Amino acid sequence: MNTFVARLRIFVTAFALLLLAVAGSPVNAQQPQRVDPQADAVKEEQLLQQLQVIKGRGTIPDVKSYTLEQPAGRDWRHFHEVTLRWIGGIAILGILALLVVFYLWRGMVRIESGRSGRTIVRFNAFERFVHWMTATCFIILALSGLNITFGRPLLLPLIGLEAFSAWSEWAKYAHNYLSFPFTLGVILIFLMWIGGNIPNRIDVAWFTRGGGIVGHDHPPAYRFNGGQKMIYWIVVLGGSAAAISGYVLIFPFYGTDVHSMQNATMVHSIVAMLFIAAMLGHIYIGTIGMQGAFEAMGSGTVDVNWAKEHHSLWLQQEQARATGSNQSQARPSATPAE
Amino acid sequence: MARMKFLCDADRCIECNACVTACKNENEVPWGINRRRVVTINDGKPGEKSVSMACMHCTDAPCQAVCPVNCFYTTADGVVLHSKDLCIGCGYCFYACPFGAPQYPKVGNFGSRGKMDKCTYCAGGPEADGSAEEYAKYGANRLAEGKLPLCAEMCSTKSLLAGDGEIIAQIYKERVVKRGYGSGAWGWKTAYRETIAS
Ligand code: HEM
Ligand code: SF4
Ligand code: SF4
Repeated sequence: MNTFVARLRIFVTAFALLLLAVAGSPVNAQQPQRVDPQADAVKEEQLLQQLQVIKGRGTIPDVKSYTLEQPAGRDWRHFHEVTLRWIGGIAILGILALLVVFYLWRGMVRIESGRSGRTIVRFNAFERFVHWMTATCFIILALSGLNITFGRPLLLPLIGLEAFSAWSEWAKYAHNYLSFPFTLGVILIFLMWIGGNIPNRIDVAWFTRGGGIVGHDHPPAYRFNGGQKMIYWIVVLGGSAAAISGYVLIFPFYGTDVHSMQNATMVHSIVAMLFIAAMLGHIYIGTIGMQGAFEAMGSGTVDVNWAKEHHSLWLQQEQARATGSNQSQARPSATPAE
Repeated sequence: MARMKFLCDADRCIECNACVTACKNENEVPWGINRRRVVTINDGKPGEKSVSMACMHCTDAPCQAVCPVNCFYTTADGVVLHSKDLCIGCGYCFYACPFGAPQYPKVGNFGSRGKMDKCTYCAGGPEADGSAEEYAKYGANRLAEGKLPLCAEMCSTKSLLAGDGEIIAQIYKERVVKRGYGSGAWGWKTAYRETIAS
């Protein structure tokens, strides 16, 4: 009996040892002579070269923080500090210089046949309201936006850190909130004037004949001539691009990462600079560039001779409509000025 | 003059997040904001590395360059600080920062951001050193008391090092020589335009 127990004990012990050895062997096999965790360790250089950004896993809710490194910020910095300022400077100062030269050369485009004293309605009250709402918003958006780009080098040294910060905070609020009426204005402009702004063959002729502003020619045009159609599409497309990229910026990281935010600022600011340059040209023609143009958006009426010279086909349409309806009721679309 | 830097020896970091907690506590960092965080790369795979990251206090700091209201300043110790009184919360510093350091408390409607908050190297802000106003806005000013940032001071594995750049680089170099490997000083090339040869 005793011998059996002893044998059993030996057997069990041997079995247990065998188990241990079997279980232990993979552990031993995994241990090389020298530990080198570097063997398949991630390397910063390599990760940056592969992806330009290093991401991992974090333990806090803010998923943006899982991006460990994004050296692309350096390129964005260069864009914002150097490239954008060149683009903006050249676009805005360039167009201003061109306008000055053009004005000195051409002067104000006069109504060649003089004022007739009779006027015709060009834009009704609603159209003028939409135009001026959008224009006011645009000017404030442009100034508050340019403040972000150029304020620090140009304005800050003049008024000091505190005043500049206070002004910039207001400018930021203005920029954020006026974006809504501006966007509404762009949508209304799009709907209101799309009818007269589809490019056609008359515009080609209009452009080839210098549009009546370069030479002294008066190519025919309907309600909107080729140049005005261009402004229309710049406002509609540029306004949409500015609005879409702007709303990406206003709602940061709603479905975007830092990379798309950087791209949104780049799109937004480049569009803005070109947009401002184009609008300077628009403002020029609407004011000192052309006699009789401002009234169209001011009082809403233009002189008949102005209409004859710049929108001959539109005037014919309006007059035909007026005489057509004059038989039944007097429609005062062409009224004496007294 | 010392040039203060951070160095995270990723081969030592055990992702315990004590630095994150220490920072939040020492500086009374507002809810929802983490000035320091630990990011694990290749999580669960061979060669996994954890790196503790906060503001690196860059040389020629990108945040400072892009801030439209010029609210950053670099101290004589090379620490990049900012003024919350001047900040307008535009978010540009976050776009430029290679390390995702700037944070914004969410205030008000849509994405409107409050005053930017980031790691101060436990060196407060423009207010008088150690004043109550400074503490309320920026947290502790340990540097003025001759102490280093708490995250690095209490790192249990001494993975996270803070101090004069040359000294911590030397410590790291010796470690690499002794143990025979090192995955490098993460972020140094981007932040300081230099690497520690290992
Ligand atoms: C229509 C909707 C628009 C929205 C939602 C919008 C939004 C924004 C936002 C959020 C920023 C970032 C800066 C900040 O937070 O202050 C910004 C910058 C800027 N915006 Fe707008 N914006 C809009 C329209 C415009 C327009 C029409 C212009 C130009 C006339 C413009 C010109 C600029 C400029 C120049 C910057 C500075 C870019 C830079 O320096 O990086 N924005 N905009
Ligand atoms: S890590 Fe970011 S916030 Fe800190 S100094 Fe560098 S760019 Fe600025
Ligand atoms: S968020 Fe504040 S600190 Fe950052 S760039 Fe804008 S104003 Fe400067």
